[in-house]
Amino acid sequence: MTPLNERLGESVGPAAIPAAIPSQGLAADVGAAPGPAIIADHLVKRFGSFTAVDDVSFEVARGEVLGYLGPNGCGKTTTMRMLLGLLRPTSGTAIVLGDDITVDAERIRPKVGYMSQRFALYEELTAAENLAFYAGLYSVPPAATARRIDAVAERVGIDVHRDTRAGQMSAGWRQRLALGIALIHEPPLLLLDEPTSGVDPQARRAFWDIIYDLAAEGRTIFVSTHYMDEAEHCHRLGIMNRGRLLALDSPTALKATAVSGPAWEIFASPLLPLLDALGRIGGIEQFRLLGDHAHAVTVRGAHDEASLTAALRGLGIADAVVRAAEVTLEDVFMALAGRG
Amino acid sequence: MPERDARPLVEAEGLRKSFGETTAVRGVSLTVRPGEAYGLVGPDGAGKTTTMRLLVGALRMDDGWARIDGHDIATDTERARAELGYLAQRFSMYGDLTVAENVRFFGQIRGVAGAELAARTAELLGFVGLTGFEDRMSAVLSGGMKQKLGLACALIHRPRVVLLDEPTGGLDPVTRQDFWQLIIRLIADGAAVIVSTPYMDEAVRCTRLGFLRDGAMLTEGAPSALTAPFADRILEVIAAPRATVLAVVAADPDVEDVAAFGDRFHVRVRAASGPLGRLPAALTAAGARVQTVRPIPATLEDAFIALLAADAPDAPPAATLSPAAVPAGAQAAR
Repeated sequence: MTPLNERLGESVGPAAIPAAIPSQGLAADVGAAPGPAIIADHLVKRFGSFTAVDDVSFEVARGEVLGYLGPNGCGKTTTMRMLLGLLRPTSGTAIVLGDDITVDAERIRPKVGYMSQRFALYEELTAAENLAFYAGLYSVPPAATARRIDAVAERVGIDVHRDTRAGQMSAGWRQRLALGIALIHEPPLLLLDEPTSGVDPQARRAFWDIIYDLAAEGRTIFVSTHYMDEAEHCHRLGIMNRGRLLALDSPTALKATAVSGPAWEIFASPLLPLLDALGRIGGIEQFRLLGDHAHAVTVRGAHDEASLTAALRGLGIADAVVRAAEVTLEDVFMALAGRG
Repeated sequence: MPERDARPLVEAEGLRKSFGETTAVRGVSLTVRPGEAYGLVGPDGAGKTTTMRLLVGALRMDDGWARIDGHDIATDTERARAELGYLAQRFSMYGDLTVAENVRFFGQIRGVAGAELAARTAELLGFVGLTGFEDRMSAVLSGGMKQKLGLACALIHRPRVVLLDEPTGGLDPVTRQDFWQLIIRLIADGAAVIVSTPYMDEAVRCTRLGFLRDGAMLTEGAPSALTAPFADRILEVIAAPRATVLAVVAADPDVEDVAAFGDRFHVRVRAASGPLGRLPAALTAAGARVQTVRPIPATLEDAFIALLAADAPDAPPAATLSPAAVPAGAQAAR
């Protein structure tokens, strides 16, 4: 872990990982093999004439939270299935926790915890019973099971609900239980598919705090999502579209490099003539309506508040008010996917 | 865009609905005027879908009332429904019908016929951008095209009130933006649109929001009004290691809250002035490497987290979320 921290000077991505925090009873057996957790090397997957994953290469450091952002059908799931050794690449390969997915696939699966969007909880079983059931499936030694369940329940914060039936839990609790199940065999690598879809911001944040603790122990987390709300939480983020990995960097760095310039929020009433006017001003890379105002990204150096305001007024938007805004991950995706 | 003085197209008061022992909606009231895109925002199970189904008359309410363009949905159902278009979360269309056949089918159900149906079908497919795909089997459409077809079907009878239940789930940002352009054109034409979503990046597009939790409306307002109380009160901190940052930030007397976001932290403060000056030095003194400490505009997520924290005493799910309730400093002290 420490070498990662020393990289802070050059990048804010994996370097933002803190030094390992001692875990509370849930062993982090993650130091066995050195090197990155995942090395994807020119991965290609074709189904007939359709290329689902098109020459994708990347590395994920141990203890890193890596996100994969892209729409359904962009190749996220196919990539994950290859990394799990469930699907053989057409060409290229990946080394996952030291094992080649084209050679030693069966050695990878026991080392990976997987939490899918539609995770399978047994509604009639309590949280503890669900954990015990999956401990059996993952061949956790019977003598270790009780201790393991205690550790996982504490780790994901469902202690107070161990005797609650899964079917009676709210979305937020169910997600924690599903994460607990993914952790029951103490995997060094976690694959999470839209882990916090459909929960409120507070529950989402609490869930991510657990993820950061797991990463701080040295576990590697690979998150696939098509929502910006989740993508913002990753240390580094890969932007996927149509099978291609368009960019991979920290959210902060992507916002600085992937769009061509600063963002603005623009208020005027009514809004539709404002949108029309924005479409006619030069130096604007993209714009859209957000609730009661428009959001625009301009080409670097093309505009400041005054010039944008003047341009809008010149087009008849007399009450236009322009303020500096933050570049969003949505801007990043639009810019990258638009360039194709 | 909203016509403030216009007569509301949707009025609901004290809506309640229970399923057995579970109360899904407890006293929801809302008013939506022409030109508004009203967001029903909340987690799964908050009552978004049930509220919508009460508004369209698909469910009978236990208490309360709802009027669509002045027509009571319970007693004047037919006239109310004539003004309602509804796109359910799992929109069911006929996969083995073509795009045009699906639109015509929904038109016939709605009593649109003959030359008007043909003209309306062509107009709607043009509106949603499916012109040229009339003869495509619906089953093979992409997710975005299916949603656009669903919207076309919901609009066949020219409703002035359009309810969309999580319409852009699973769509990529480019397609989602396309779909929102359609919503914007609907409200520009004077429709009242109600959209449900659990996502803040979606909610921020609405002209007004109602935040639902446990079946009740927690707060309501335009996105900019909801974030206004937090102007100049959110600092972005980029620093490492995390444990040190959490401990130092939580120890500042003017810090109310800190949340980790990947490579950075959002810190909510009473006022930016004090912590903005103090934190860089305090972090450095504690051995953290500091890259950035700067004020940033509050996001809807910042606003809702503050709101939910304030609401904690009578909100069972979040109040008992133990790790969330653990002060940042305590976590860091592990």
